[in-house]
Amino acid sequence: MADTKGPEIAIRRSMLGRARGLGAAKSGTAHWWAMKATSLALIPLTLWMLGSMIGLQGATRAQVAAWAGGPITATLLLATIAALFHHMYLGVQTVIEDYIHDERPRIAWLMVAKGVAWLLGLASAISVLKLAFTG
Amino acid sequence: MADVRDALMVGKTSDGKLVRRPLSPHLQVYKPQITSALSIFHRVTGVALSVGTLMLVWWLVAAATSDAAYATASGFIGSWFGMLLLFGWTVALWYHFCAGIRHLFWDAGYGFELPTVHLTGKLVLAATVVLSVLTWIVIFAVR
Repeated sequence: MADTKGPEIAIRRSMLGRARGLGAAKSGTAHWWAMKATSLALIPLTLWMLGSMIGLQGATRAQVAAWAGGPITATLLLATIAALFHHMYLGVQTVIEDYIHDERPRIAWLMVAKGVAWLLGLASAISVLKLAFTG
Repeated sequence: MADVRDALMVGKTSDGKLVRRPLSPHLQVYKPQITSALSIFHRVTGVALSVGTLMLVWWLVAAATSDAAYATASGFIGSWFGMLLLFGWTVALWYHFCAGIRHLFWDAGYGFELPTVHLTGKLVLAATVVLSVLTWIVIFAVR
């Protein structure tokens, strides 16, 4: 700290002008709420999934299909898939935003993460629907 | 022209003097503490569980594809390597589950006092161990 002159404002702008466009006051609240809502939903859904998977050890494909294809099971599976992949994307998004500072790679990685989350979620949902409708 | 972020680094002291804002010290200068360690675990287990969803998706897709595809998937999951992944996955799941509930309490405004933070942190670790062991006892009992 040998700098005796002290800092200067390099760009003269109003306080509002400085803050505008840089704050998180646009989507942060929605992100936070979505994280809370999916967390709460995943508490019972995870326990149900874990219990079901333990019960399905060694099951044949037909047994898994019969289980997954039931209307209540299929509904809960789809709910789990939606909550899980939404929750997963929100978390991965935070990690990417924390560690990738340059805008272009950050946006690119966010798009990759969102694409992967959608593809995995869709593949799972389609599989459940196929089991529900055709066995 | 300087980066706009440089302008944001200028702050004002209470007597009106302009100062350059200090950068907060980062990870490498902090002594590891239970609070920071558990926070990092939460993130690491979250990322690990995200990768773990691949196995879940594979299992579901295989079940919807064919008997052969399902045999391949369940064969892998039942192999020693698959079981090892599953074991890591259950530990990560229970940790993330318990620490996530701790986060929900914080979000509701409870548990911020330091002794409470330390206590709930230790509870999360203990619960992770107990629930993981119980899960695997049940897995082998049901088998």
